[in-house]
Amino acid sequence: MAEQRIPLAKAINAALEAALSADPKVLLMGEDIGPLGGVFRVTADLATKFGEDRVVDTPLAESGIVGTAIGLALRGYRPVCEIQFDGFIFPAFDQITTQLAKLHARSRGRLTVPVVIRVPYGGGIGAVEHHSESPEALFAHTAGLRVVSPANPADAFVMLQEAIACPDPVLFFEPKGQYWAKGDVDLSAGPYATGQSVATQFDTLNTAKVVREGTDVTLIGYGPTVVTALKVAQSAAAEGTSIEVIDLRAISPIDFPTLIESVQKTGRCVVVHEAPVFFGAGAEIAARLTQECFYHLEAPVARVGGFHTPYPPAKIEHDYLPGLERVMDAIDSVLAY
Amino acid sequence: MAETPWLPHNEAEPTVQLVLPDGSENTDTQWDHYRNLVKDVDAATWRTWYRDMALMRRFDEEATALQRTGELALFTQARGQEAAQIGSVHATRAQDWIFPAYREHGVLQVRGVPLKEELHLFRGVDHGGWDTEKHHVHLNTLVISAHTLHATGYAMGIQRDGLVATGDPDTDAAVMVYFGDGATSEGDTSEALNFAAVNQAPVVFFCQNNQWAISVPGTRQYRGPLVRRGAGFGVPCVRVDGNDVLAVHAVTREAMERARNGGGPTFIEAVTFRQGAHTTSDDPTRYRGTDEEQYWSQRDPVERVVARLRAMGAWDERFHTEVTHEADEFAAELRTYVRSLGRPASSAMFDHVYATPHAINQTERDWFAGFERDLADGEGGH
Ligand SMILES: Cc1ncc(C[n+]2csc(CCOP(=O)(O)OP(=O)(O)O)c2C)c(N)n1
Repeated sequence: MAEQRIPLAKAINAALEAALSADPKVLLMGEDIGPLGGVFRVTADLATKFGEDRVVDTPLAESGIVGTAIGLALRGYRPVCEIQFDGFIFPAFDQITTQLAKLHARSRGRLTVPVVIRVPYGGGIGAVEHHSESPEALFAHTAGLRVVSPANPADAFVMLQEAIACPDPVLFFEPKGQYWAKGDVDLSAGPYATGQSVATQFDTLNTAKVVREGTDVTLIGYGPTVVTALKVAQSAAAEGTSIEVIDLRAISPIDFPTLIESVQKTGRCVVVHEAPVFFGAGAEIAARLTQECFYHLEAPVARVGGFHTPYPPAKIEHDYLPGLERVMDAIDSVLAY
Repeated sequence: MAETPWLPHNEAEPTVQLVLPDGSENTDTQWDHYRNLVKDVDAATWRTWYRDMALMRRFDEEATALQRTGELALFTQARGQEAAQIGSVHATRAQDWIFPAYREHGVLQVRGVPLKEELHLFRGVDHGGWDTEKHHVHLNTLVISAHTLHATGYAMGIQRDGLVATGDPDTDAAVMVYFGDGATSEGDTSEALNFAAVNQAPVVFFCQNNQWAISVPGTRQYRGPLVRRGAGFGVPCVRVDGNDVLAVHAVTREAMERARNGGGPTFIEAVTFRQGAHTTSDDPTRYRGTDEEQYWSQRDPVERVVARLRAMGAWDERFHTEVTHEADEFAAELRTYVRSLGRPASSAMFDHVYATPHAINQTERDWFAGFERDLADGEGGH
């Protein structure tokens, strides 16, 4: 095992490198991803290593990036697109939702479109508008797209490889606020790193992970909110409350069996994401858990997340984001039943 | 001239230029038409331009310094683009409208938008909501090129209002939209050009080709010269030395006149250079060389105005000192103002989301107020 302690951004870089090395059909496309290495340096040095033909600085046009990626995929390539920031994915929304998502079904399964769209997302970094949003629900709402988000470097490394190897289109949401958070990564894991570039198992794209066991409340997060959830669990433990933390990882599909098993045990559940609560992933989770765990639930499923407002200016973003206090408050509310 | 591989389209395309980099007049007769358009530009006008450009540059320096000291989260630097912005905005009239991108500090300043208010956005206290009606300047648009369509639609509205080609120079109005070379790649820009052409809308597309879209040079952004971009849509195009304030003024004046007179849109490519970084978060040394920076520093737009004023005998140290003094005061006020900008109330995020009552907005606002109260009372308890 080649285990290394590296930041999440570096883990993504390593996954891209593994895929580029193992499969000549893999190519990266995006704005400023070449010599600059991306505005977050996630693709640093890859243009030097693999050439600007495979790590392509595209013209500034998101619809163009995704639209041509679809064409390249139809021709047998595996494009991995980078959208520079969450708020700039929308010029490509048409291509993603009307084309990318539907081609497999429309061709009655004849065509596959293995495009990965990497999106740095989430807030808390003090940025100007359009640079801190969490639009994942818009894509999870669209059948035909897989939507995932890693919360730590080890998962990022494997999940991105599986996303690239997967014949389905994958929206890969990267918690940009966690880019520099380090974790241990097994650099020999994942379909490309293990040298079997044709994967048949896509475990991490389909499964949630219990990251801390507990008995009183199930706390579900993904991407940037897993760290928050773990902190909450830690301080709750000091007060005698045992919280089970689940990292969802996949937002489409959602691994309901894992969630149900946990909630049947705890009887209480809180979901936390940065995206607005209104019509957010938490709504889907709450509804299904209510249906599946009705007789086990001691309290309604609580949701914590962004508000039904535009993402606010940086000075007050921490009051928009679901911080420790608001998650604790929700935990208290479900325990109060 | 040094080899300039970064300017692949430059040599071939005719580029309007009236003042040479050394400040002397360009006597090339092919530009007589434009020269005649700006015959009225006298020493006083040149001094006004110099002052505006000097203040714009000072703003850039001050805002950059404020970012470095942590007072601003970010700043979009515009050093090097002074002539493109000041020369063009001076071709607008009070009744005209401007749609900026996010680097048009000089344009805003000349239109009277308090630049300190623009800094709200970069300090993170609000999204930049200055009084658009007062200055006829729409808000900044950070989503590349989205506003090219808004400008076109706005111009279509002016046209429907019958405020084009009335013959009254104080009534006829047009719209100018600013965007970069990178923005020309977005579909929105092409759609805007087409809508403008089909409707003969009174809108001028002012493209500041500053050679870079963050780290991506023109060579990777487009193949055919940008100046030819409009032709296929039936939009007249002109390419201008964007560091020559007089030439910029001449081509923009003509384009705005055409628009106001019912002659429809024009596409202007102003060839300039972003001397600074894309933003204060960017590091240009990662993607461009000093040879290029040197090439452009020899074509600095502010120095060219000074040289021109000198050549005209209209430059003196007293004037220089006056402007420098004004810039010092402007910078000092900016500093004080920015530092005094407090944190907005957190509840401000719920404001103005809708123009009419919306139950979800109201419920969440109320919930948040209660939550804040409980926290303050210590009931949150964590
Ligand atoms: C739709 C969209 N995609 C990406 C970005 C990120 N971005 C901000 S500025 C920029 C480059 C813009 O270059 P250009 O249009 O030449 O204008 P300049 O910044 O040079 O003035 C990019 C890619 C964005 N703001 N909007």
